[in-house]
Amino acid sequence: MSFRIIVLAKQVPDTRNVGKDAMKADGTVNRGALEAIFNPEDLHALEQALLIKEERKDAEVILLTMGPPRAAEIIREALYRGADKGYLITDRKFAGSDTLATSYVLSMAVKKLAPFHLVIAGRQAIDGDTAQVGPQVAEKLALPQVTYTEKFTEIKDEEVTIRRRLERGVETVSTPLPALVTVHSSAAQCRPRNARLLMKFKHARTISELQEETKDYTEMLNNKPYLQIDEWGVSDIDAGEEQLGLSGSPTKVKKIENVVFAAKESIVLSSEDNDIDRLMKELIDSHVVG
Amino acid sequence: MANFYTDNPGLAFHLHHPLMKKIIRLKENDYADKDTYDYAPADFEDALDNYHKVLEIVGEICGETIAPNAELVDTFGPKLVDNEVIYAPGTAQNLEKLTKAGLIGMSLPRKYDGLNFSMVPYVIAAELVSRADAGFANIWGLQDCAETIHEFASEEIKDEFLPRFNKGATAAMDLTEPDAGSDLQAVQLKATPHEKTGKWKLDGVKRFITNGDADISLVLARSEPNTSDGRGLSLFLYDRNDKAVKVRRIENKLGIKGSPTCELVFKDAPALLIGDRKLGLIKYVMSLMNSARLGVGAQSVGIAEAAYREALKYAHEREQFDKPIIQFPAVYEMLAMMRAKTDAARSLLYETTRYVDIYKSYSHLQEDRRLEPEERKELKQQQRIADVLTPLLKLFASEYCNQVAYDSLQIHGGAGYMKDFPVERLFRDARITNIYEGTSQLQVVAAIRGVGNGTFLSLIRQYEEMDVQPEFEYLKHTLMDMTARYESIVAYVQEKKNDELTDFHARRLVEMAGHIIMGYLLLHDTHRESSFRKSTEIFIRHGSSENHSKETFIKGFEEKELGNYKVEK
Repeated sequence: MSFRIIVLAKQVPDTRNVGKDAMKADGTVNRGALEAIFNPEDLHALEQALLIKEERKDAEVILLTMGPPRAAEIIREALYRGADKGYLITDRKFAGSDTLATSYVLSMAVKKLAPFHLVIAGRQAIDGDTAQVGPQVAEKLALPQVTYTEKFTEIKDEEVTIRRRLERGVETVSTPLPALVTVHSSAAQCRPRNARLLMKFKHARTISELQEETKDYTEMLNNKPYLQIDEWGVSDIDAGEEQLGLSGSPTKVKKIENVVFAAKESIVLSSEDNDIDRLMKELIDSHVVG
Repeated sequence: MANFYTDNPGLAFHLHHPLMKKIIRLKENDYADKDTYDYAPADFEDALDNYHKVLEIVGEICGETIAPNAELVDTFGPKLVDNEVIYAPGTAQNLEKLTKAGLIGMSLPRKYDGLNFSMVPYVIAAELVSRADAGFANIWGLQDCAETIHEFASEEIKDEFLPRFNKGATAAMDLTEPDAGSDLQAVQLKATPHEKTGKWKLDGVKRFITNGDADISLVLARSEPNTSDGRGLSLFLYDRNDKAVKVRRIENKLGIKGSPTCELVFKDAPALLIGDRKLGLIKYVMSLMNSARLGVGAQSVGIAEAAYREALKYAHEREQFDKPIIQFPAVYEMLAMMRAKTDAARSLLYETTRYVDIYKSYSHLQEDRRLEPEERKELKQQQRIADVLTPLLKLFASEYCNQVAYDSLQIHGGAGYMKDFPVERLFRDARITNIYEGTSQLQVVAAIRGVGNGTFLSLIRQYEEMDVQPEFEYLKHTLMDMTARYESIVAYVQEKKNDELTDFHARRLVEMAGHIIMGYLLLHDTHRESSFRKSTEIFIRHGSSENHSKETFIKGFEEKELGNYKVEK
């Protein structure tokens, strides 16, 4: 049996490069104006899985993402970097999911991929910044979880040892397998796309994407079945409909406010000694340093 | 996300040259690999799309990793520890990224785990890496050695060593010695056959060796005792795993500081013979040098591009007398000229690369099948043109690179002289390009053959045949006038039948040909893409006035004046 690693990843709007059209008038994110990217910490998660694959020849890396059909792009991105396979979990019924509904769907999909050894996810996504989905998936699957992972220091068949990056230092813990691990941005950066893998997988498509293509892929997919990206809907993961989408999401947005920082909330400091002194004292008082 | 490929449409422009269809078909041997390798292209569009996508990876690594690392790599450089080279941390990171991306051994065939890319995308990649960090470009660019091994070594050597490149093996070419620089015929490093192992043993010293502590080194050595010229030299492969070479020192250089320049001591170092004895210098090193010169061409264009961009940015941001300095004619003229020289050098770079590409593909095809008579004829023609375009490119690209870096620093004013801006590094890095792999003066010696035997002129005649839009006819007339003057001045010098005088004027004549050739290349670029129009007009005006000045000099020069130039001690 292979050492199966499932990486959870999300396609997110690139909130790091926000222009003036980033928000709609109602205060929600204007997804059309922002480039869709592989969530940065999920790339760190993928790298951890690929590092394990380098160490253990029996490791198999599967990328799992839930999202609209265009999220297939991040599966290709993962294949270009060395993942073995990817699944896109997509269904109109998922629309409006909060973290609880999302983690329910992901946990049902992960179950389908059992037996597995590790589920690895990024700590949080840059669109919602909740850091809830990973831990919730672990709870739903009754898996031990290790958050804020910086590095796997030891990998055995039944157990892994992990260094965690915490606010004030590092902590090393061990967990039995299977387990769920979330990865922090201080972990190794993800490797670049590999030229050969890119040329191999650039035509990989989901069923929904093939329906949009003008080119006929039938022959290519017959010759190269690895180019078919699996796509799962509600029925494929045996999910209960009441736990999906809006009905499965207890989080209701009450109000969104645009906050503009006013100048009175900032302090201008000169490079004079007394100003630096003042700053240091304030930072120590507020426990930012020390 | 900085991407040096996608932010510079001039590169994709050269990738989409009409000749690429032929170049790729030859390189892919009519797409013979498509059912054997899962990453081989099925047809021309697929292959071109692969080039484009892979160059996006190169551009991303250059923009996100190599360029940001360049400053610290330049500051700290490599270290010598226990006679071994330890790269700067940034250098090691750059190499790791490029290796993981599978970008070492780009032009090698797939059976050696290469990408089987033609020369054009490989040279574009070299230009990108050079724009990011010219010093690092040397370490990466030495994968050229893989091509030499592929061309000339035995099957056993190829099978053993070529797959190592894709796994990240670095390379070096060990040619220079303390008493053998420009004159490589004087190489002394001794090679003696070792009866028991069938290998050879190398003893002696090499100097100024770029990346001298590489995994795989090609070493020029004297295999024939009691000889003193190039015919006694053979080429050898040394494997670093044998640990028989010590790095005695790393040179402290003006620029390209990230690239370790080593002095090496070989002591009983085991080595394998590449190809045949005695052909080391006269055949293999000549071929290696040609690809290295193409590499320096790419490096020069990359540095020029970086220097131009720094100057453009600064000229917009810097305000004096209440306006950005780019609004002053003295500044915008400099910038426009920098742009034109960079575009011209780049056009010559990819033109040369296309000739090299086609003849190399034919030479490789020759190993698998007999070439048709017209294919053999074409191979010869293409190689003949490549042989004179390569030194012309090396000459112009490296000199322009220096001029562009010089003017970029000038535009920065006093700030450019400080370490605060990248331009001072670019200025220092540029300075080696017209020295190594043959100085500009030696490129002239190689390129003057193209003047003497009419190769340049026949190439210009071919260019004349190509279409231009009616609105650019006047530029073509200028170029035809320049050609007529060039022809007559060449005849004028030849009629004097004085070798020393010909040598004296050689650079002027080569440069006159170069201005015409680059003028035509830019004109054809404008034909395909109108955004080159300004550079084309500026460059042809510049070239025409330069040629007039050279013509005046040559015409007014009397043979007896040569004496004035011979400086006594």
